[in-house]
Amino acid sequence: MLGGYGVGAVGALLMPGGRAGRGIAAFGMVWGGAAGLALSLQVLLGGAAFTLEVPTLLSIADGLAFRLDALGAFFLGLVGLLAIPCGVYGFEYVGAYEGRYSLRLLGAMLNMFLLTMSLVPCADNVLTFLLMWEGMSLTSYFLVLTEADEPDTIAAAGWYLAMTHVGLALALAGFLILAANATTTAFGDLRTAAASLTPAMRNTVFLLALAGFGSKAGIVPLHVWLPRAHPAAPSHVSALMSGVMIKLGVYGLLRIGLDLLGGGPAWWGALLIGLGALSAVVGVLYALMENDLKRLLAYSSVENIGLVFIGLGAGFLFLGLDATAAALVAFAAALYHALNHAAFKSLLFLGAGSVLHATRTRDMNRLGGLIRGLPWTAAFFLVGALAIAGLPPLNGFVSEWLLFQSLLPGIESRAPMVAPLMTLAVSVLALTAGLAAAGFVKAFGITFLAIPRSPAAECAHEAPVSMRVGMGILAVACAVFGLAAVVVMPALAAALAGSARLPVPVPGFGSGVSLSMPSGFARMSPTLVALGLILITGAAWLVVRLFASRWPVRVSATWGCGRVVQTPRMEYTSTAFAEPLRRVFAELYRPTQDLSIDFHPESRYFVQSIEYRSEIVPWFERYLYAPLVTRVRRWSIWVRALQSGSAHAYLTYLVIALLGLLTLLIVRPG
Amino acid sequence: MGYVLEVAQAALALALAPGLAGLIRWLKARLQNRRGAPVWQPYWELAKLFQKEVVVSSNASWLFRAAPFIVFASTTAVTFLVPILAVPLPFDGLGDLLVVVYLLLLSTFFLSLGGLDPGSPFGGMGASREMTVAALAEPTVALAIFALALAAGSTNLGQIVARTMADPGAFLSPGHLLAFGALFIVTLAETGRLPIDNPATHLELTMIHEAMVLEYSGRYLALIEWAAAVKLFIFFALLGNLFIPWGVSVVLTPTTVAVAVASLLVKLVVLAAVVAVLETRIAKLRLFRVPELLSVSFVLALLAVTSSFLLK
Amino acid sequence: MRLLSKILRVGLATEPLAPGGDDVLRLLHEVDARARQLFGRALAIREVDAGSCNGCELEISGLMGPVYDSERFGVYFVASPRHADLLLVTGPVTRNMAVPLVKTYEATPAPKLVVAVGDCARTCGVFKGSYAVAGSVDQIIPVDAFVDGCPPEPTAILRGILAVIGRRR
Repeated sequence: MLGGYGVGAVGALLMPGGRAGRGIAAFGMVWGGAAGLALSLQVLLGGAAFTLEVPTLLSIADGLAFRLDALGAFFLGLVGLLAIPCGVYGFEYVGAYEGRYSLRLLGAMLNMFLLTMSLVPCADNVLTFLLMWEGMSLTSYFLVLTEADEPDTIAAAGWYLAMTHVGLALALAGFLILAANATTTAFGDLRTAAASLTPAMRNTVFLLALAGFGSKAGIVPLHVWLPRAHPAAPSHVSALMSGVMIKLGVYGLLRIGLDLLGGGPAWWGALLIGLGALSAVVGVLYALMENDLKRLLAYSSVENIGLVFIGLGAGFLFLGLDATAAALVAFAAALYHALNHAAFKSLLFLGAGSVLHATRTRDMNRLGGLIRGLPWTAAFFLVGALAIAGLPPLNGFVSEWLLFQSLLPGIESRAPMVAPLMTLAVSVLALTAGLAAAGFVKAFGITFLAIPRSPAAECAHEAPVSMRVGMGILAVACAVFGLAAVVVMPALAAALAGSARLPVPVPGFGSGVSLSMPSGFARMSPTLVALGLILITGAAWLVVRLFASRWPVRVSATWGCGRVVQTPRMEYTSTAFAEPLRRVFAELYRPTQDLSIDFHPESRYFVQSIEYRSEIVPWFERYLYAPLVTRVRRWSIWVRALQSGSAHAYLTYLVIALLGLLTLLIVRPG
Repeated sequence: MGYVLEVAQAALALALAPGLAGLIRWLKARLQNRRGAPVWQPYWELAKLFQKEVVVSSNASWLFRAAPFIVFASTTAVTFLVPILAVPLPFDGLGDLLVVVYLLLLSTFFLSLGGLDPGSPFGGMGASREMTVAALAEPTVALAIFALALAAGSTNLGQIVARTMADPGAFLSPGHLLAFGALFIVTLAETGRLPIDNPATHLELTMIHEAMVLEYSGRYLALIEWAAAVKLFIFFALLGNLFIPWGVSVVLTPTTVAVAVASLLVKLVVLAAVVAVLETRIAKLRLFRVPELLSVSFVLALLAVTSSFLLK
Repeated sequence: MRLLSKILRVGLATEPLAPGGDDVLRLLHEVDARARQLFGRALAIREVDAGSCNGCELEISGLMGPVYDSERFGVYFVASPRHADLLLVTGPVTRNMAVPLVKTYEATPAPKLVVAVGDCARTCGVFKGSYAVAGSVDQIIPVDAFVDGCPPEPTAILRGILAVIGRRR
């Protein structure tokens, strides 16, 4: 695996560019991804952990240590799984950057990004973890910055860098508190030391981990970098970031909360459910109002991470209430949703990239009719849209079904406040499923169907083969993860079993083609539903062929009440599609409208131009971040006074610091 | 034997559904002091549509022509999963109530895409409104399902019916009645009945379901209309058989199946009469008042879950 | 409740379709047997106002009401010509409505029928020779029957429609 990514990185740097350079980078990604996937499957299915220690490197902080257990293996597998299609896709996609941006840097950074992401789940002590984490953040910063000519990229990258480092600082604080009691910073020692922490310390560690890793995962209110960074990055990078990187935030939280701390009081779960529900609703509502295709997908990632957090929260809640079997199911359902989201979100981002490649625009109001020019992209995007809307028989439906079923035992629980919380979670789950379906009818329908709304959309051409292959792999993955749920769920449960107090003999999740809950509460079979749908469609088509009339299909103009011509201006726009929902949720959006009409100077009966501008309130940016950023700026200006430039002042600082340290050593020796 | 019954059940649903729509239409006609078309009029209409030419818009793609089949297939698939005549069904393990709800959402999804494809503003408007109503009805449906599942111990449809049959007192429990109210409102919303959508309107600005099918003709239109009727049948069957399951056969003998068919017909006729009177009495709600109605149904479902929980 | 009690009090208001009055109906040609067989029980009508004074529309609107009740014969009105079998055209075809009328006719799937209602539809009525009129309906689209009158009674219109689909009552 190291070899694969290493080759890719070094090769990309050294190659002069052109097809060979891109090829080496892509090859590196695919090789590294396949190796990572193979390793993770070996650990997941085999059961034995894989360890590697390099204590001599950076020995001041206990050196580098790698240990791949089942939980880490899942996330490693996720990275590997997505690296392959994104690598294949990227081969042709970055061809568009030829001459404009540095392909060497892109290829090298991308391979390093994948390498560090793969190593994060393998890390077994604090240093390794943070080193890999930081490497991941830095490489992704450079990746986001690739298209530096675009207006928003630099600002987006800046937001991303700031927030990821704030997250790092918080997570570091959490790790340090954990390490305070332990002999070394290896995770094994941290685990044993955590048992002796006071509840207050444990809560602090958990909250710090939640804040730090939550900002990487993108839960509200720490999500603001997502809708900026993901659209700005190249599409296969967005796919990787949205598909895998934010899941590593989930990994961090699980590692600290579940593995090292071993679970906690029930309110941890309640907090996670609350934040998850909030993210889900905010994410999907803002996604609905977006006209930029990639921003819509980014907000939708926020929504899906919210759903994963609901599952995680249910798991922690049940763990806190000692319902370990239910907790295992909830955690497994959350991980399954994370897996499925990685598959379909990457697919959607790759599809959006294909659209961007063909038309040079992400604005849905300038697209349309692409199903004719980009038939393959349209078909793959449709599969992704069906999956993310949670429609049977694809994978999104299976994981949402599992999330629903995992929440159900909570509704019967007699513990205080659990039942209302579960009811809230169920309603939010259903509401976001419905709204996500609406959002993706909009995304697919406005982008691909009807008439092209701009000349760019009219002459759009299909994506090159490698891009189609990349998307195809993911589309197949979506279908497979839906149909193979019976196999995937026990594997995920096995990944979690053994951590904390989760039961080790993993319950069965059904057999054959039928997926069922271990408590026997419910059963369903995605395979047979898919089969049934195909059979009935076929039967209906056959019957209609046999008995319906033999008139050939006549093509005519769209019925428009007899109007003379049809222009693209007469179609529904993306803004128009979301308008009823904007009205329904007007209290949240607080939309403002600005209409200015220019009349003909001679007569008010003739209109020369109309400008319509509508904005919704970005609550978190305006009321949380804007004041924060202003305050930080003010402090920085105040602190800058210390940098007077005078050597005398600096010498004075040194002396003060030395005196302080000496005092400290005298007062507290040893 | 069970599989034969499954197929028979689905065939019965497909066969009776247009008649159900025709019955509601006939009752409304009588309530308008008209003679009205006979109850089996929709069958003639479907037969005629299958023999008509199909005209397709030049802007439409393969999705437009595939959508009616997918809509019809997903609605028909649901008829195999819903307890219409008997429990337990051999396909019970295939899908529970959640699968049913999401299969219906699948059909709505493709119908909306089919409305957007020709590029007509009517289609876009219908699609946007339909998705709004469907999205807002989802939480109510989920909570109503959970209220029922809470009482029955499973989201499995057969088990819910069996549980209610075993405990007749549960029929009058507040959770049950509230869930019925919530699901009734959702039925009106999902099947496009007054006061959410007028199935007989000719004014495009007042349409939701109709607007999406304005471009369809011939056999495609027939499939979509039939699917809409089957959807109505499914919702009525759910309302009848989940909440008032007596009559559903538990042991498969010819007499019990005959009783099941008869009781199903009675429930359908009663629900059709209720809907017909309601449609005559009530005026259509303005589109932006519909979310208020749906939030009323959500509150009912919430109360249903709460009371189911408290009274367990 | 007042509404329901009123409904019950009024009872059935539908009048049986009186025979006779064929003098106002002009069938241009024998209707295709296939169309007759297809539309015998269910006929969807799309009404097109090609510039009329709305007198004929008022009469046609009576057809859907309780007294004349076209629905009892399986004749019903639809919103889109794609759903329609028969176009019910009124008015002298004005120049602005000529193209929309042709487009409506093209949007209707085969087999289709056209019944032109009113004197204006056949002869342009009092608007004959006006600068705003393009011609009578049969000069724009093929017509299967005319129903004369200014405006014709709903019973005449209904009998015209039924004659065109071969259901004489």
